[in-house]
Amino acid sequence: MANDPIHQFQISKIVPIEIGGVDFSFTNASLFMVATVAVAAGFLYFSTSQRSLIPGRAQSVAEMSYEFVANMLREGAGSHGMKFFPLVFSLFMFILTANLIGMFPYFFTVTSQIIVTFALSILVVGLVVVYGFAKHGLRFLKLFVPSGVPGALLPLVVLIEVISFIARPISLSVRLFANMLAGHITLKVFAGFVTSLGALGALGIGTAILPLIMTVALTGLEFLVAFLQAYVFAVLTCMYLNDALHPDGH
Amino acid sequence: MFVTSAYAQTAPAASETPAAPAGEVHTETGVAHGGEHESAGFPPFDSSHFASQLLWLAITFGLFYLVIQKVIMPRVGGIIEDRKGRIAGDLEEAGRLKAEADAAVETYEKELAQARSKANGIADAARNDAKAKAAADRTAIEAELAAKLAAAETRIGEIKSKAFAEVGAIAEDTATAIVDQLIGGKATGDDIKAAVAAAKTGA
Repeated sequence: MANDPIHQFQISKIVPIEIGGVDFSFTNASLFMVATVAVAAGFLYFSTSQRSLIPGRAQSVAEMSYEFVANMLREGAGSHGMKFFPLVFSLFMFILTANLIGMFPYFFTVTSQIIVTFALSILVVGLVVVYGFAKHGLRFLKLFVPSGVPGALLPLVVLIEVISFIARPISLSVRLFANMLAGHITLKVFAGFVTSLGALGALGIGTAILPLIMTVALTGLEFLVAFLQAYVFAVLTCMYLNDALHPDGH
Repeated sequence: MFVTSAYAQTAPAASETPAAPAGEVHTETGVAHGGEHESAGFPPFDSSHFASQLLWLAITFGLFYLVIQKVIMPRVGGIIEDRKGRIAGDLEEAGRLKAEADAAVETYEKELAQARSKANGIADAARNDAKAKAAADRTAIEAELAAKLAAAETRIGEIKSKAFAEVGAIAEDTATAIVDQLIGGKATGDDIKAAVAAAKTGA
């Protein structure tokens, strides 16, 4: 059972809830969403409770993540984009914390569920569409009409732009989901090799070192991926928000 | 899609449907510790628990967003703003103090230059005074010396003329004595006198 690399993504109910025939059970996924929010919010809350002028380590980390996202948003979407800062910061911290919590053995990875990443990316793209039309009206459609394109090519270019816009929520969600999923499966597979080879006796233990080294290296890589995917998600969010704020070029 | 909500239902018949397309069988295993894990497709694509995930994501992420917006952001932003303000204030204060110090140095140098020129003036005046006094003293001494010299010269003249006046009497006496010795007779005083006078003028 322990060698099934898919088993870690299995969702199990903790408190069954059913409303109007639809299953809204509190599952292990829900539990880890709550844990993610508790850890992220708790860290940000307690690390900054001193409000010291000279920050300690924890406060430095909290301030660094805050300024990191603030700079990212300012560079990506300009100073008008700062009104979306709470959203981008929440997204970044939520995804980062969920990814990092998923790195603990036996813990559930919230972001390895396509529905979760898809919901987050639909939130972003939906916000871009709604805000874009609310702010600019039909001028928002200029987003699909780049300036300086010859007339003959324009229909083709517009078509490509529309398709790429529609593909955004898919690429945004699948990137995060697939990275987390593939990383965890790979880790599990290599870790499984260690135990199954180790069961083969002395020679097996000798060769089990190779997958063990691999597992250690992959764990390091997965921590990098955990941060990188949160960063990529936040950066792309900033870029999409920039489209909503400045649909007619930069 | 319909969902059966039996907790810990093991769905024994589901094991031969590895790719259940539309989740027509409830695939939750509830407690999947044992080896009875039902592989009803790939769990992340199992749509039967999408609703639950969406609901709980909305609740937790919504709450997280509110906490970030209402509590964390003002706090962390406030801390960073405070620090920036404090640093800017400190820099300003340092700049002000530096300007003050610069001004003090300037005043000091100005006063130093003033004092130096004043000292030069005093030294010049003292030198001039001393020079003038020395010159005055020298002229006074020279005048005195000149007066003394002149007095000495007049006395020497007097003594000389007196001496010359006595030369005639001595010559007459001597001539009388010489005549007496030579010719034994007395020469008259008038002759001798005349002879001396003649000798004096002739000499």
